[in-house]
Amino acid sequence: MALLDVKDLGVTFATNDGTVTAVNGVSFSLERGETLGIVGESGSGKSQLSFAIMGLLAKNGRATGSVRFEGQEILNAAPAVINPLRAVHISMVFQDPMTSLNPYMRVSDQMAEVLTHHKGMSKADAVTACVRMLDAVKIPDAKGRIRLYPHEFSGGMRQRVMIAMALLCRPDLLIADEPTTALDVTVQAQIMALLRELQAEFGMATILITHDLGVIAGFCRDVMVLYGGQVMERAPVDPLFETPSHPYTRGLISAIPRVDTHGETLVTIPGTPPNMLRAPKGCPFAPRCAYAGADCDDHLAPLTAFAPGRLRACNRSLEELA
Amino acid sequence: MTAPLLDVRDLRVSFHIRRDGDMPWTKPRELKALNGVNFTLNAGETLGIVGESGCGKSTLARALIQMVPATGKVIWQGQTDLLTLSPHQMLAYRSQVQMVFQDPLASLNPRMSVGSIIAEPLRTHHPELSQAQVKQRVQEMMERVGLLPNQINRYPHEFSGGQCQRIGIARALIVGPKLLICDEPVSALDVSIQAQVINLLAELQRDLGLAMIFIAHDLSVVKHISDRVMVLYLGRTMELAESQALFAHAAHPYTKALLSAVPIPDPVKERAKTMIPLEGDLPSPMAPPSGCVFRTRCPISQDRCAREVPALLGIGHEVACHRVNAATLETV
Repeated sequence: MALLDVKDLGVTFATNDGTVTAVNGVSFSLERGETLGIVGESGSGKSQLSFAIMGLLAKNGRATGSVRFEGQEILNAAPAVINPLRAVHISMVFQDPMTSLNPYMRVSDQMAEVLTHHKGMSKADAVTACVRMLDAVKIPDAKGRIRLYPHEFSGGMRQRVMIAMALLCRPDLLIADEPTTALDVTVQAQIMALLRELQAEFGMATILITHDLGVIAGFCRDVMVLYGGQVMERAPVDPLFETPSHPYTRGLISAIPRVDTHGETLVTIPGTPPNMLRAPKGCPFAPRCAYAGADCDDHLAPLTAFAPGRLRACNRSLEELA
Repeated sequence: MTAPLLDVRDLRVSFHIRRDGDMPWTKPRELKALNGVNFTLNAGETLGIVGESGCGKSTLARALIQMVPATGKVIWQGQTDLLTLSPHQMLAYRSQVQMVFQDPLASLNPRMSVGSIIAEPLRTHHPELSQAQVKQRVQEMMERVGLLPNQINRYPHEFSGGQCQRIGIARALIVGPKLLICDEPVSALDVSIQAQVINLLAELQRDLGLAMIFIAHDLSVVKHISDRVMVLYLGRTMELAESQALFAHAAHPYTKALLSAVPIPDPVKERAKTMIPLEGDLPSPMAPPSGCVFRTRCPISQDRCAREVPALLGIGHEVACHRVNAATLETV
């Protein structure tokens, strides 16, 4: 049984302007200890996907489909079902550590709360365990600094606190939503190295959500590419970068300026991402796709496997794209 | 040889910070955002400026056009020192030096139509133009930056981030500047849109012969667009070199570490690369380290680094490091 099994997940939001479709029929599964990168641009639905799994959608959001964690249905589950799973089995690291930590609580209090609440530990034991975890995420002088408030930490240190907090109960699944986007590149490198180490040490399955293909390349075993709320392609990381099978992935990879090569003009993807107020009927990428035909506006072929571990959703065959 | 377009000498900016709870008579503390920066910029050239947050990149951009008070010299075409000009005298130069800002939507007035946003600099600097001439120039410029001229009466919120950045670029270019200062122009944009804007800037620069100061924290973007690159750290220049030379043979330990931290979108190369880890965070600019400001995080610092501030040395490829021989660029 897969650790996490997502089937036909949809997320919609009722807004004053109409219904916004954020995620549209996403299916994937994740085994224990696997690292999956989810890459997509803003509005591709990558964050809402993770919020739906965790049951953290905004009030006007509605999730459909099925999310099974170790066989148990957790989508739209009652608090009594999902709360015992949170932190203990599934935990999350958010993008902005300053807004995700409580500014009025000492780090020691907010970290210890996780353990006293979920594990029934005494406060003193919990704080000792938290100090050990802060040591594990390499916060110098963890014992002294655990008494500080979040604003007394730098951005990189705050993200370390967030990661330590997420790992306190040794979860089976860690969802990291853009964990390094707010950080400088040198600090990003530190945090990604730390996540890699911790993942190897604790062996938790990890979903890394990011817009940065470089970060994905260094961390994930598998990659899923989202566009307009739908999965365009899923593949192990090496073949995804070597021989991307979807026109969108190809465009995305060639549109990134890189430090390791010397290029002239960047290849661009014309146009702009779709407006999800009017969710496209067919392929969301069709209006920007060089290979799109009349059928693409109408329907999109389902995500199908074409090689071991590789799936793609495109009406054009690989030969047609060559 | 003609004078460079811009000759910046010993540019310094300091802010006076009062902490909460300070008594009215306590002396405010000084934050040196820029501490003696020198560079020249030739017409048609692009200078990239990189560094972590808090290193003074944006302050540098603002200091050049008197948006923050600065000391030193900013000599325009070998003649005028822009820092000594009165606001009235400065007006003439503002049409020569224009700026594109980071947040495309926040830098456009939401209550002005796109047409009036782009026309405003033109009306300010060329009041002699008739209504029809202004409109024609605006429409030409919109077309030039890839906007549809019939969108002239729309408002900024009707455009996507990438299009808003095009509006910002059109507004900057309508007065025909010689120098365009871009402060993180693409960092708020998605990858696919970012590439469009970078290509547009590169193309406009080539066609119009613009000089550009391009500020970004993303080294890959800077590498792509710049002729020369300056690396800043805590308000001081660490390294200044031709883009190709800097990225191929970085000499300063900070530049090396910065480059090694950039993730490469290629799993094979990314796994194979050796990272030079930088310990800790940027020190507080309120209390910068003595001597070389980078020494607290430098993997090869020595006693000397704490005592003496290293000078920026070298011809063509300049480095400020005691451990680097400026002539050979080898670490000693």
